[in-house]
Amino acid sequence: MSQLMLGEHQLGTATLVSRTSLTAPTTDTLKAALYLVSATKDASTTVYNTTGEVSGTGYTAGGVTVTNATAPTSTNTSATAGVAFFTPSASLVYTTVTLATAFDTVLLYNSTQSNKAISVHTFGSQTITAGTFTLTMPANTTAAALIRLATT
Amino acid sequence: MLVTTTKGDMDDSLLEKREGTVDNDNELTTWVEYWLEGELVHRSAHVTLKKTVTLTSSVASF
Repeated sequence: MSQLMLGEHQLGTATLVSRTSLTAPTTDTLKAALYLVSATKDASTTVYNTTGEVSGTGYTAGGVTVTNATAPTSTNTSATAGVAFFTPSASLVYTTVTLATAFDTVLLYNSTQSNKAISVHTFGSQTITAGTFTLTMPANTTAAALIRLATT
Repeated sequence: MLVTTTKGDMDDSLLEKREGTVDNDNELTTWVEYWLEGELVHRSAHVTLKKTVTLTSSVASF
């Protein structure tokens, strides 16, 4: 949460003239890495690392680049309550991979900002054999978006 | 239809197909497997995340 409050992640379509340029907007590159069931990745994870990351044919350490084209949105339900939310604008697709050891976690992180972690998501244990693993994002709405920052 | 397998691309008519679904509060997952003579030669999975990461705070008024 502190990283969000410090403005360390520029999500979605760039609108701010920020850190790396005084004249042009920049957009951070987000990535998504997969982790084994045996790995410990949770809300305390602050940065991407390879400990516990999956490995196998067709998978590159660090994972895949996340399509980061939708800017965060906010809605207010009162003077003090509202929700800001963000969802990557495309599915995460790991094409033609073999991941023989069970995995159940994806780490979303900001490779532009020193690989700082954004969020960790878990799902049922999976293996992939000469196949494709697809993670489809939830709807980018107030109630369902992947990352939500709510005030009450 | 050709299927990518551990033995190269194969016509699905030569393979045994198994499918499954998991639907709970956290995810909707579908998976498909192709087997050849008792050996798993292809497995793909498609996970739709349902549970979001939510940070909640209270706004105070002065």
